[in-house]
Amino acid sequence: MQPSITIRGLFCLLLGLLFCFGNIGCGGPAVMSIIQDIEEPPKTLSAWKLFKGDMKQHTLNDGVLPYNISTPLFSDYATKYRAVWMPPGTQAEATEKGTFTFPVGTVLIKTFAYPNDDGSRRLIETRLLIHATTGWTSLPYVWNEEQTDAKLALVGDTTKVKWSHSSGRTYDFTYVVPNANECKNCHEVQKGKLQPLGPKASQLNVAYTYEDGEANQIEKWVEVGFLKDSEALRKIPAMPKWDDPTAGTVGERARAYLDANCAHCHQRKGPASNSALYLDYASTTPGDWGVCKPPVAAGKGSGNLRYGIVPGKPDESIFLHRMKSDVSEIRMPELGRVVAHEEGIALIRQWIKEMKGSCPPAP
Amino acid sequence: MNTRRMFRATFTVCLLLWTVGIYSSGCADTPKNENEIVVTIKDGENAYELIQEALIKATAGKTVVLPEGTFSLSRSLSLTVDNVTVRGQGMDKTVLSFKTQKVENKEEGAQGLRVQASGVVLEGFAIEDTQGDAIKVEDADGITFRKIRVEWTGGPDEKNGSYGLYPVKCKHVLIEDCVAKNASDAGIYVGQSEQIIVRRNHAEGNVAGIEIENSKYADVYENTATKNTGGILVFDLPKLPVQGGKHCRVYNNNVTGNNTDNFAPEGAIVGKVPAGVGIMILSNDNVEIFKNTLKDNKTAHILIVNYEFAVGKFDDPKFDPYPEGIFIHDNTFENGGYDPDGEDFKLLVALVGKPLPDVIYDGIFDEKKQKDGKTPKELMICFKGEGTWVNLHAYETIPKPDKDKTPHACELPALDPISFDKEG
Repeated sequence: MQPSITIRGLFCLLLGLLFCFGNIGCGGPAVMSIIQDIEEPPKTLSAWKLFKGDMKQHTLNDGVLPYNISTPLFSDYATKYRAVWMPPGTQAEATEKGTFTFPVGTVLIKTFAYPNDDGSRRLIETRLLIHATTGWTSLPYVWNEEQTDAKLALVGDTTKVKWSHSSGRTYDFTYVVPNANECKNCHEVQKGKLQPLGPKASQLNVAYTYEDGEANQIEKWVEVGFLKDSEALRKIPAMPKWDDPTAGTVGERARAYLDANCAHCHQRKGPASNSALYLDYASTTPGDWGVCKPPVAAGKGSGNLRYGIVPGKPDESIFLHRMKSDVSEIRMPELGRVVAHEEGIALIRQWIKEMKGSCPPAP
Repeated sequence: MNTRRMFRATFTVCLLLWTVGIYSSGCADTPKNENEIVVTIKDGENAYELIQEALIKATAGKTVVLPEGTFSLSRSLSLTVDNVTVRGQGMDKTVLSFKTQKVENKEEGAQGLRVQASGVVLEGFAIEDTQGDAIKVEDADGITFRKIRVEWTGGPDEKNGSYGLYPVKCKHVLIEDCVAKNASDAGIYVGQSEQIIVRRNHAEGNVAGIEIENSKYADVYENTATKNTGGILVFDLPKLPVQGGKHCRVYNNNVTGNNTDNFAPEGAIVGKVPAGVGIMILSNDNVEIFKNTLKDNKTAHILIVNYEFAVGKFDDPKFDPYPEGIFIHDNTFENGGYDPDGEDFKLLVALVGKPLPDVIYDGIFDEKKQKDGKTPKELMICFKGEGTWVNLHAYETIPKPDKDKTPHACELPALDPISFDKEG
């Protein structure tokens, strides 16, 4: 923790409450002072002081901890750098289900990047999810061409990206930075309640190579004081890593993939509950996953197919049709994906292909 | 810097900022209504960014005022703040055109406007040519659409977006004086909602003009539904988290010439609707249809059917496919059933002749609910007033259509009107 953040932050927390309520800024450009007036957030990412040194290097400031999740949401093959910061002396707690309750002041940082042809890296955007006193707030920052800083872009942005995948495939498309409201489309899992998606026990329970060596992330969070150690925490099973065949069966990994990529909307209390398709890892009934389930309001999304999943027949399943499509009205997920995720499609294809059973024929 | 000095310095700065804050907030924007956020869009400016920024910055109680003009947007707009009004200068004066969404920018979303907030009022603007739905509203308690136009300007086309006005999982839905044209599913679609008023709207050229689906407590009145495939649909469907659609009054509507060939994409439930249907009840209970004017609907003015008969088998033990407690009375019928669409209805011509009767009921009833071999009165399908009728008795191995009205000449108590004060 950098001294300037704590001392000045604490001052402003106190003073902000006493004298500065409703005004812009209050001394230090640091998290605790910023969240006192989150309605007028800093226009630049550097103002948060979450990074140190040359911004281009994307070096996390002291006290900011990087992390990875085992099965991430696919975002057009962008590399994602995740990190978390919590106010000193505060910590998150795990619920029985393994989601975390984060303290006020928590900042979750996620930077999206693509490789350049010369082997360097282009930072595209950094999204901050801030637990302010008024609840979670999402702020998208878009990096400038020089990579010296990122600018607040509440209304989002678009930018052309062109890069080569390790498989040799080349990509050339318009990358979309979501606007602040669109963040809610995924993160507002329950109405009116924005919340983080990735950092939960089942997703963090994997190793990470820190500067001082490899460690299990849950252990590390507990060690640095970010997470309260508890019995509940120890009982939560890890979701299998979707692309590691040794981590689980095809079915388990497919469902972990669907959980990470679909369940923020497709779960019983989520925004897509009207479709009656429930893809959270906890839903264990094939009907919930769309097996022999006719579409509801899919419109063109159905692709003239009758069921979400037809066992043994991936190409007759709406799932594959929507995962493969790049058309905005057809594709799923509807936000944050422009190109198809070939490896994800292959996993779901295999899962459906190996599924036993059949669906009622056309009347 | 020692701590005491830093404290004093910070204190002074804060006090200064505080004073400036009070002073400036008192003076700013005096000529304008302080509850209004007025969006101005000059030539060459990005309409999406300006409107979206206003929608993000709006707070409860504010009105976002959109300027007059036709503005091209390619990216979807979204509103997530409760109790905000978005007001244009009129449905023909403030036009948000998403035409470019169709040909390029496929990255930027399919919808026109997505609302995830309660107490929102949308009025006086148009949304045209979205690739997907024009306006979708989710999970709102209180949503008003007033004098809104949603339209696909190239006429009916399967490439048009699915839904025009699309509130789903909402409470207290008011849709009035709106226009919805050429949606490839439903122009006005209220799904999985309750407490609904749909009045004085004009639905034209859609597959379904107005559709109330899996919803409860709805009044649909004084609307015009014309040139759709089906004019007004009241549906209840299986395998949805909200089902048991009931209590819907459809009255004083003008339902005329809904003969457009069905252009819904296959797989859509409205794709099953034959062209030429005025009002259709599918599996919904407690529907009162009265004082409507039905004219020139070539297959049937009113159709009452069971899901299993109309769509097919379903796998949902909670779902009740039988339409029950239906009361049709005092409607005016003119020139219906003269050129039926679809194999089933063409076959029916062979059995009952042409034109087909004004009201067609498939005759499928729930034996389990019968008492002493009779359907309890409150579950009956009742038909009163002028017009011809046929009960298909479709449950029989060989259907025996019966045009006799007397077995259904019953009356049901009038359903209570829907009223709510909730604006927004």
